[in-house]
Amino acid sequence: MTTSQIAPNVSRRALLKGGALTVGFVLGGGRLEPIAVLAQGAAQAAAPARVLDPKEVDAYLAVNGDGTVTVWCGKVDLGQGLRVAIPQIAAEELGIGLDKITYIEGDTALTPDQGRTAGSYGIARGGMQIRQAAATARKALVEIAAQRLGVPAETLVAEGGAVRPKAGGTGLGFAELIGGKRFDLKLDPKAPVRDPATYTLVGKPLPRPDVPAKCTGTLTYVHDFAVPGMLHARMIRPPALGAHLVAVDEASVAGLAGVRVVHIKDFLAVVAADEWTAVKAARALKAQWTEGSGLPAQDQLPAVLKASPGATEQVLVTKGAEAPRPDGAKTLQATYFWPMQSHASIGPSCAVADVKPDSATVWTASQGTHGNQDTFARFLKLPKDKVRLIYLDGAGCYGMNGHEDAAADAAVLSRAVGAPVRVQWSREDELGWDPKGPAQLIDIAGAIDAAGKIRDWRTDMWIPENTRGLPSIPLLAPEAAGLDQMPGLNSGQIAQNGDPPYRTDRVQVVAHWLKTSPLRPAPLRSPGKPANCFAVESFLDELAAAAGLDPLALRLQGLTNPRGIAVVEQVAQMMSWQARPSPGPGRDAPVGRGRGIAYIHYKHEEAHVAIGMDVAVERSSGAIKVERVACAHDCGQIINPDGVRAQVEGSILQTLSRVLMEEVRFDQKRVTSTDWSSYPLLTFSDVPKLDIVLIDRPTDPPLGAGEAACAPVGAALANAVFDATGARLRTVPFTPERVKAALGGQAATPRT
Amino acid sequence: MPRYEIRLNGTSRTIESADPDQPLLYALRGLGLTATKFGCGLGQCGACNVLVDGKAMPSCRATVAETAGKSITTLEGLGTPAAPHPLQAAFIAAQVPQCGYCTSGMIVSAAALLRETPKPSEADIRAALDGNLCRCGTHVRVVRAVLAASGQTGQAGQGG
Repeated sequence: MTTSQIAPNVSRRALLKGGALTVGFVLGGGRLEPIAVLAQGAAQAAAPARVLDPKEVDAYLAVNGDGTVTVWCGKVDLGQGLRVAIPQIAAEELGIGLDKITYIEGDTALTPDQGRTAGSYGIARGGMQIRQAAATARKALVEIAAQRLGVPAETLVAEGGAVRPKAGGTGLGFAELIGGKRFDLKLDPKAPVRDPATYTLVGKPLPRPDVPAKCTGTLTYVHDFAVPGMLHARMIRPPALGAHLVAVDEASVAGLAGVRVVHIKDFLAVVAADEWTAVKAARALKAQWTEGSGLPAQDQLPAVLKASPGATEQVLVTKGAEAPRPDGAKTLQATYFWPMQSHASIGPSCAVADVKPDSATVWTASQGTHGNQDTFARFLKLPKDKVRLIYLDGAGCYGMNGHEDAAADAAVLSRAVGAPVRVQWSREDELGWDPKGPAQLIDIAGAIDAAGKIRDWRTDMWIPENTRGLPSIPLLAPEAAGLDQMPGLNSGQIAQNGDPPYRTDRVQVVAHWLKTSPLRPAPLRSPGKPANCFAVESFLDELAAAAGLDPLALRLQGLTNPRGIAVVEQVAQMMSWQARPSPGPGRDAPVGRGRGIAYIHYKHEEAHVAIGMDVAVERSSGAIKVERVACAHDCGQIINPDGVRAQVEGSILQTLSRVLMEEVRFDQKRVTSTDWSSYPLLTFSDVPKLDIVLIDRPTDPPLGAGEAACAPVGAALANAVFDATGARLRTVPFTPERVKAALGGQAATPRT
Repeated sequence: MPRYEIRLNGTSRTIESADPDQPLLYALRGLGLTATKFGCGLGQCGACNVLVDGKAMPSCRATVAETAGKSITTLEGLGTPAAPHPLQAAFIAAQVPQCGYCTSGMIVSAAALLRETPKPSEADIRAALDGNLCRCGTHVRVVRAVLAASGQTGQAGQGG
């Protein structure tokens, strides 16, 4: 692409210099009026001398010669709004207008390593580093001004891009104080941050700068990116998992002009000058593969997980002691199952790589450009500092979809053909070969007395282990091509929230860490927590039903955290909750109606979220209609309320899709759910009314908003279906067949 | 190389393609019109929807030969950042996109709906967009934006 494709008044600037694209967002408040030409030049000029140490102020921000500010962030914007939220934080803390900020993200050559954009830490960790950098910088600016003006620093204030006397009068602009120079300061954890009562930017629903370009087709996604001389490639995957390539019939694509077949051990791809020719060649190429290593029968998966050999038991939580149970105490046991799910990105993964003998540049939508520098350097056998990964927008990926794999494919191919290569995965590649959110099998046993006191609770979970020290997850290309990479498994922090957030005499949570996973796992939005909260919060309702208690009252009786109580009470009020046990009175109606609630204190230290649902269940078809979702969300200090709201909306709808319809299907050779009819997503006709209340706590730390609202969705829905019908769903997804089976009294529990 | 004349975003254009079965999608993107996105190649997701003689169609399923002589409108043809189509303006005001990959197809499908039904009900909008998949969960905002663009509410800017 060239800059000429980008209208001069779009707030994203992209330019090619020295073979590397640098992308910056100029924060023009999202307006469509022309904006001043800003710090492109400064960003470019600064590139060779960039400070990348995350402990240094200069790694995150610079005052340019014209008084504008450039902010560099190692975390990336996946559509969750960091591109406005982080500049809001930086501009607020520095004391400068948002329109004076140029924002550069996710380029290993330009931005500090702030860790993967994951775990809901974009603001809570990434943003707070930048807040502290800006606070340190502001303190320095005030001190420099105090010296120049010969007045005490306490008499000065930084605002509007200048340091001025508090009493009024002219001051010194940031450019005069330090424009074009380094701060040469470490982040000072003691540098005072602004009083939230004085905020003018943080807490405002300011528009995201990338939205106009996304709505007019002028944003350069990685899918749209091109460099001169770039070739187009498609991958050819084995017909069975673990199959090895025996022979390739290159003559099968001889009729297609300019096609080159790249075959390295089990790595197979076609490369062509144009994309359509590559697509046709991939379809036409004939290859012979061995049989493969095999997969378990789909319906045996829960039993296979439980019987996996070599699992390591780990007691994650043990609190309290067994107490004598009073007469009338009820003891229950239940098994819950969450299937493997795909990231199911709307755009199949894509990447561009330009690998030269002594260096590599990779354009990728990876959520972890820095973390992948080591991975790519290792399999390309290049020094880490010769491998540059540059983030470009991709289709939403929510954890780790195929973006990194496509990037590795492109890198291997670029080296093989000696030219820049763009790899575009097919739909079948993406749903078949993206790393999957893992299956989770969860047993819970517990006891409740007649007064609603939980006497005992034990959770056992069968989940894939996380390999210690694994940088991300093993990628397909190095694996197939026999290149060096670290083996192992990683699904993120999937064991959290296995214990109830309620008063309990005794609690134990035991993880059974599995050495293998049927399909390669990876973190998928809110890793593990949707399943764990589904099990824990469903089981709480099962205990409530056994004791004949109202499920809301049981929660409020057991909760101790006031912020938890606040979100649960908020949802109860939104739903005009009537106190009574479940199931409700209409359970035998042809269309049963019911309500359910679930709560999470995310990771036991982050956001508090309660979700309530109103559902209708048609007995004859087993169809669930979610009519309304009510959500109360407390993620501490809110930087951008519209951004948080969008994340909460997305978390709820995406997880509703996962709970109602998503399950990776496979036969004994391979994944078979490789299109949108076999792996359906929620559509407009399934979308309920959403009522969301955000509780802002401006004087508390921000806790993250990208994931927490995913977690309670499954249990709120299962509890509502139970309230509507008396049928308890313990296996995701809640397909009409499963609902009908549960209504008919058949086991709704996974077979183990 | 065979040539196919089309009317593209209001201008006569010639597509050269050795293969008459090349999907329109690749031809459009090859011309630099990259707003139209590849999503599935199966006509199942709506990400590549364009207007063909005013009707929304997946450009991954229409070949260059079939579209010869027809009028094609892509997202770029609806409006620009400086002069956005009312739907684009409403999508921006409602801050609809998250990743934004489905947005082009959404706006194109909505434009086809508004040609036929200038004041659609919420049910009309849901039905018209049911073939457009969104993974980020922006559906509620999409509906709000289409209602706003059809002049039925003034509230596209109010989030959530």
